[in-house]
Amino acid sequence: MKERAVLDVSKLPLHGLSTASPTWWGTCAFMLIEGSGFALAIAIYFYLLSLAPNWPIDAPPPDLFPGTMLTLLLLASIVPNILVSRWATARALAKVRIGLIVMTLLEAAPLAPRIFEFPAMHVSWDENAYGSIVWTLLGLHTAHVITDLIDTLVLTCLMFTRYGDNTRRYGDVEDNCLYWNFVIVTWLPLYVCLYWVPRL
Amino acid sequence: MDDGLDDAELERHLRQSWETPRGIWNALATVDHKIIARRYIVTAFIFLILGGLLAVAMRIQLARPEARILDPDRYNQIFTMHGSTMMFLFAVPVMEAMAIYLVPLMVGTRNIAFPRLNAFSYWIILAGGLLLWISFALDAAPDVGWFAYVPLSGPEYGSGKRADIWAQMITFTELSALAVAVEIVVTVFKQRAPGMSLDRIPLLVWSMLVMAFIVIMAMPAIMFASSTLILDRLVETQFYNPAAGGDALLWQHVFWFFGHPEVYIIFLPAAGMVSTIVATFSRRAIFGYLPLVMAFIATGILAFGLWVHHMFVVGLPRLGESFFTASSMAIAVPAGIQIFCWLATLWLGRPVFATPLLFVIGFIVTFVIGGLTGVMVASVPFDTQVHDTYFVVAHFHYVLVGGAVFPLLGAIYYWFPKMTGRMMSERLGRWAFGLIFVGFNLTFFPMHILGLLGMPRRVYTYQPDLPWGGLNLFISLSALLLVSGFLVFVIDVVRAWRSGPQAGPNPWKAATLEWATSSPPPAYNFRRIPVVDASDPLWMHPEELAVTAGQRVDRRELIVSSVVEALPEARESSPRDSIWPFWAAIATSIMLIGSIFTPWAVVWGSIPIAVCLIGWFWPKGTAEDIS
Repeated sequence: MKERAVLDVSKLPLHGLSTASPTWWGTCAFMLIEGSGFALAIAIYFYLLSLAPNWPIDAPPPDLFPGTMLTLLLLASIVPNILVSRWATARALAKVRIGLIVMTLLEAAPLAPRIFEFPAMHVSWDENAYGSIVWTLLGLHTAHVITDLIDTLVLTCLMFTRYGDNTRRYGDVEDNCLYWNFVIVTWLPLYVCLYWVPRL
Repeated sequence: MDDGLDDAELERHLRQSWETPRGIWNALATVDHKIIARRYIVTAFIFLILGGLLAVAMRIQLARPEARILDPDRYNQIFTMHGSTMMFLFAVPVMEAMAIYLVPLMVGTRNIAFPRLNAFSYWIILAGGLLLWISFALDAAPDVGWFAYVPLSGPEYGSGKRADIWAQMITFTELSALAVAVEIVVTVFKQRAPGMSLDRIPLLVWSMLVMAFIVIMAMPAIMFASSTLILDRLVETQFYNPAAGGDALLWQHVFWFFGHPEVYIIFLPAAGMVSTIVATFSRRAIFGYLPLVMAFIATGILAFGLWVHHMFVVGLPRLGESFFTASSMAIAVPAGIQIFCWLATLWLGRPVFATPLLFVIGFIVTFVIGGLTGVMVASVPFDTQVHDTYFVVAHFHYVLVGGAVFPLLGAIYYWFPKMTGRMMSERLGRWAFGLIFVGFNLTFFPMHILGLLGMPRRVYTYQPDLPWGGLNLFISLSALLLVSGFLVFVIDVVRAWRSGPQAGPNPWKAATLEWATSSPPPAYNFRRIPVVDASDPLWMHPEELAVTAGQRVDRRELIVSSVVEALPEARESSPRDSIWPFWAAIATSIMLIGSIFTPWAVVWGSIPIAVCLIGWFWPKGTAEDIS
């Protein structure tokens, strides 16, 4: 079959950012998967709640302090996270490097109150179905935080190498910021379920 | 740049950039979607053969009453292995494998999105399959059915590690399927050839896209199910223990929230294959492109509203049962639209009854029968009578084999020339179709009657005074006819692969882009990326292909386009071959298998996985990595 060139693509940028980047869409797809998982876990929480004569089962409501502390820490990280994303769009390497260091610390910080959240539930995972689901929800979100923390850490190291000042890497930084926002957003309904629903 | 080069020089440069060098190490590291897809397809068909042999074993056991060929324990393992293998290691993987091969070619791009993830997904499902089948060889296979209902699969009744092996095999499958789903979505959204707007996407690609979204939405359910099952067994969580506030029915809800959409994960790609084959062999554009797309999407949505019809006999509220009866019957509407569009295309066209189209006709007949019995079991009173009988076995085999395997075999005949460069035999193809079609109907139709006569599923034998012996013997003999049809198919594949006649680029004179390149396609798929201005580009412009110019040839470069109009947005580099996905899959497999025995495997196993992922992610210092 003969070929006839009808479109010159030589002037196109070598990488796309945001919605022009396949990685951005891949990140969204993974967020959809994880969001479905969290939605299902919350549905199961309410399913078990609907079967139980008392909720929480054989336990007082969780202590509010560690979970609220973690929530505030997560919310506080939103502004620097958005700034890092903007700096990445502007290809401001120095700011991105500093911002990523800050974000690494801010993403590690919630793990401290998280350690105290498990005992704050006043129930072990193997005592009853209530304990099983709340430990699972906390465990899922902890895994979520840790994986994004490692991702940010690796990306921070990468941005300090000669590979950093590259459109593709700036796109990775943007996607990482997007994902951290998602980590925060998924926590909010979990926080309500874990800490406030037992008080209703 | 690709302009200013003659064809031979251009091909040389593209080969240098895209081809996987020879050698075992390079074979393990390849990220070429076609190589990975071929491996996937061959692996899935090996699992089909293994699963089929188990079915034969069951039929030999059931051919006469009180047979002693298989003991109850082995029989339980066999029907579990048969269902699990067919659903998780054959049906879903083979459909995704077809997508991995065909979608990039049909949308006119050079590789799938996230090719390293693609390589990882193959190694992972291979490891999951090996785990299951090695356990079977060691007489430690799961024996709890492909649905693994608690409490039989729970810590109280599920002995040894059998149910754990089942649960972890599921996790392997989830990882693989989800990875491929993401790749398909992003390839379709962002890597379509310039001009391939949403209304010009081939129907097979539409069907694969909807399938990928179903996987994304449904797989987390089975992920939750398998993980919580293994947690109940390993660390004594109480999800399914009613004495501690858990609920055995929770398992069924979660499992079937995945399990019913799984039917459409398998069926929708088949519907895309049927649409493609019908159009090509009718020699006309598909009738009702838009209704078909809408029917695919409607099927995808409705698929999530049906799961409770698997649970009509467990005692749920009547209102819920009525809702799920209505939604189960409603799915017949998009199914009917599809059938009528295909029939209208055949009616209005000039059909050529080559082997792929014969399989499609076999599909229409069997799937309609399966659909009709589906409407029957969607009714609570009828389902209550036939639940857990052979009627249901007959129904779902008509739906799954009729709805997926017939189109798949037609698709293999149709795309085999593209994949291998060689033609399969029309004569052997007709024999294969005839034997499979007749053998299938003689095997499975009498099961409806067996079910109405009250024969339950999953029993390893029956008493001679029950009125089931004659039909069972007939079914077992018919199964041999079905097997002989598959044998002819396998012989044809092997013969054609080794010495079939050369196919040429477009032996069927088809309309979609995969036929615009050579057979088999080169590593780079297209010498220059096509530009599309119609939904049937090769029929609109049979002599000349409009293409792009201005791409680099010294690196793996793709064109990224906008989601709706497919307007070019960027030139993106595609990842090079890498051994890290292979190592990541090995590390993940060790972690998952280790966690059957101790939860600490998750903690310590995560470290090598993280190391592999960093190796996978880290740039390699090529020019494109440095600004």
